Amino acid sequence: MKSGFFIKVDNGKAVARNHIPDLTFDDFRSEAVYLVKNGGKPVQFFAYPEGEKLQLLTVIRADRQLLVGRCDAPAVYPSLTRQCEPFHLFEREIAEQYGIRPEGHPWLKMVRYHPNRRGAPDVFGNDYSQDIPGNYKYYRVSGEEIHEVAVGPVHAGVIEPGHFRFNCIGERVLNLEIQLGYQHRGVETLLPGVPPKRWPVIAEGIAGDTAVGNSLCMAQAIEALTGLEPDGGARIIRTIALELERIANHVGDLGALSGDVAFLPPANYCGRMRGDFLNMTLWMCGNRFGKGLVRPGGVRFELTDEDRGVLDERIAELKPQVDHVINLLLSTPSVRSRFENCGRVSTSDAEKLGLVGPAGRACGLSYDVRRYFPTEQYAHFGIHENVEPTGDVWARAKIRADEVMESINIIQSLLNMSVNTDPVEFTEPPPLAPDSFVVTLNEAWRGELSHCVLTDAGGGIQRYKVKDPSFHNWSGLSMSLRDTGISDFPLNNKSYNLSYCGFDL
Amino acid sequence: MLNTLKNRFEQGNRTSAYPKVEIELPARYRGRPIVHEDASPELAAQCAAACPQDAIDAEGRRIDMGRCVFCGACERLSEGRFSTFTQDFKVAVAEKEHLLTRGSIPDLAAHSKKHFKKLFGRSLQLRQVSAGGCNACEADLNVLSTPFFDLARFGINFVASPRHADAIVVTGPVTTNMKTALFQTYEAVPAPKAVIAVGSCPLAGGPFRGSSDVAESLDSLLPVDLFIPGCPPHPMTNLHAFLSFFK
Repeated sequence: MKSGFFIKVDNGKAVARNHIPDLTFDDFRSEAVYLVKNGGKPVQFFAYPEGEKLQLLTVIRADRQLLVGRCDAPAVYPSLTRQCEPFHLFEREIAEQYGIRPEGHPWLKMVRYHPNRRGAPDVFGNDYSQDIPGNYKYYRVSGEEIHEVAVGPVHAGVIEPGHFRFNCIGERVLNLEIQLGYQHRGVETLLPGVPPKRWPVIAEGIAGDTAVGNSLCMAQAIEALTGLEPDGGARIIRTIALELERIANHVGDLGALSGDVAFLPPANYCGRMRGDFLNMTLWMCGNRFGKGLVRPGGVRFELTDEDRGVLDERIAELKPQVDHVINLLLSTPSVRSRFENCGRVSTSDAEKLGLVGPAGRACGLSYDVRRYFPTEQYAHFGIHENVEPTGDVWARAKIRADEVMESINIIQSLLNMSVNTDPVEFTEPPPLAPDSFVVTLNEAWRGELSHCVLTDAGGGIQRYKVKDPSFHNWSGLSMSLRDTGISDFPLNNKSYNLSYCGFDL
Repeated sequence: MLNTLKNRFEQGNRTSAYPKVEIELPARYRGRPIVHEDASPELAAQCAAACPQDAIDAEGRRIDMGRCVFCGACERLSEGRFSTFTQDFKVAVAEKEHLLTRGSIPDLAAHSKKHFKKLFGRSLQLRQVSAGGCNACEADLNVLSTPFFDLARFGINFVASPRHADAIVVTGPVTTNMKTALFQTYEAVPAPKAVIAVGSCPLAGGPFRGSSDVAESLDSLLPVDLFIPGCPPHPMTNLHAFLSFFK
C-alpha cells in the first residue's frame, strides 16, 4: 500500500521526531482513515503536549509496514470513528487524557475515569471528587421484561476489578457494557518523571501476567534510543521467556475453560501444569512471572548448559502431558457442545472492533506480530498462520491450544543452541537520544502489545504510551455476549481472559 | 472415559507434603535478604543509589522488604558483599517495622494474635480484593487452590462473599478508583476480622509508589494484621504466612 503523507518506520528503530511529517489535521485525518479503510489498523493513536500546543500522533500498520504521521490537535475535531470504527476507543482515550472532543463520536464515554492532564474542562462532565468509575448512566434497554445485572468491581473470585452491566431479557443478554478503570495506577504519567532505574520495574508491573512482554517492549524501545545492543544469547533467552509466558497463560486458561463447563480433570491438570511452566521461568530468573529478567541491553541472567539441561528435561516431560490433557479437553463431546457456537463474533465485526491476538485469529484475522514485525529470534522461525473462522469459544480455545504446542516446539529448538550472554543491569543507563520517536510491538500472549516513546530536546521522556492488546479486545467480549445466555458469561470471559490492569494502566 | 482415566494415571498425585516436608526453591529465587555489616559505607551507599525501589537504608544497613521487589540488583552490584538473597521464602511479618531487616525476621507464629488462632485456626475463609495490582499477586494467590498447594486441606478457602469471610486479602497499591469498593468490602466482613496485605504494592506502593493515583500504603487506610512482601510473594510465602499466623 502506498502512503502519501505518512512515513514508514521499523519496529524498534528510533527516528528523529522532525522526520515524522507534521501534517494539517485534514491531511492527517484523511490519510489515517484512508489507510484503515483499506485494511490497515491503528497500532497507536494518542495525544501529547508540545510546548503550549497538543499534537496527535498515530502509528498504523498496513500490510507489513508501520506508517506514522502527526498533526496539531484541534480542541474539537470531527471524529475519525464516524468513518472508520477501529479508532473508537483511541478517540475516547485521547478525550479523557487531554480533554479534546471528537465531534460526532458514536459513544463518547470515559475510559478509565480520571481528570485530564491539562486541567481542561472535562469532556464527559464528570465530577472526580466521587471516586467511583461506574458513576455514570449506563446504556439501558427499557421494556417490561427487561432486567439488569450489575457485577463488580469486586468479583466472586480472585480476579481483578471491573464492572459489568448486563441488560437481559430472561436469560438472553441484549447488551453487556464493561466499565474499567478501577486499576488505574497512572503508569503513563509516572514513567516520565521517575529516575531511569525504576523504568523496567514499572514496566513489569503494567500487567504481571505479561511482565516479559511489557519489559521486552520497553527494553527494545530504550535500546533503540540509547544504542544499547543485546547480544545473541540475550535474544534467545528473551524469546524463550516470552514463549513460556504464552504457554503458562494459555494452559491456565484452557484449564479454567474446562472448569467453567464443569469438566474438572483438565481444570486441575492444567492448573498444575501452568505452575510447572511458571517454575521454569522461576528457574531462569528467580521470579515465576519473569520479573527481573529482561533489561534494556540484554537480560540479567545467563542460561548455562546446566540450565538448558534442566529446562529441556522438564519440557520433554511436560510436552506429552500437555498434549494429552488438551486432547482430552477438546475431544470430549460435552465440552465441544458447550464451546461451539458460544459467544460468536463475526469476522467483519472483529475487523471493525480491531481485535488482535488469539481473539482476532479465532475470528479469521491471521495477524500475528511474530510473523509481521518479528523481533528477537522470531525472524528465524516460520510461525504458522493459525486461524479459525468461527469466532466462538471453541475457536478461541483451539487457537490457544495450537499455540501452546507450537510454543513448546519453539522453546525446544531454542534450547538446542548453546547460549552465551553477558548479564546486564540497568542502574546507570546511557542518555536517551533527544527529539526522537520509537514504537515497539511484540506478540504477547493476548496479542499485539505496543509501547511508544517520544523524547524531548534534553533526552527526557516527553511521552510514554502503552497499549495492551486488551485495549482492542474488551469490545470483543461485549460483542460475544450479545444474544448469548448470561450463564455463558464466565466461559466467554475466560476464553478471552483480558487484562484489567494492562488496560487501566 | 478411557481417555479420562489414562490422563488421571499419567498425572499422578501432585500434592506437596508441606509443611511436614520442607520445600526447596531454585538457586535464583530471591527470598529473605541478608545485609552484610562489614560492607564498606561507600558500597552500601552505591547499592542504595542503584536500588530501583529505594529500599536500602545505607547507614542503618537495612533493607525495607516492604519496598523491595526482590530484584537482587544490590546483591549483583556488590557481588554479594553488601547483601545476599537467600532461598528462604518465609518473609511475612506481623508488625510493619519488622519489614526493615538486616537479615533476621521475627518468628511469625510467635507474633500472631492469640484470638486469631483460636477463632480461625480450624477454619479460615478469605475474601480477596484486588485494589489496583498487576495481577501477579492475584495469580499466585489463585494457585494455592491448585493440586500442588491444595489450600483447602488446611481448612482455608477463598470465598465469594465478604459476608462469609473472616479476613480480606488485599493486593495492589489501592488506586483512587478502588478505594470505595475496598472500604465497602472491609465493612461487609463481620467482626472479628483480619486484614492481610499481599505484595509490595499494598505494603508501600510497589513499583507505583509516588503516583498520585495510588495510596501511600494499605495500612494508612485500614488496620493491617499481616504483611507479606514480594513482587509477587511466592505462593509458598503466602502459604507459610497463612499457616503460621492463623493455624
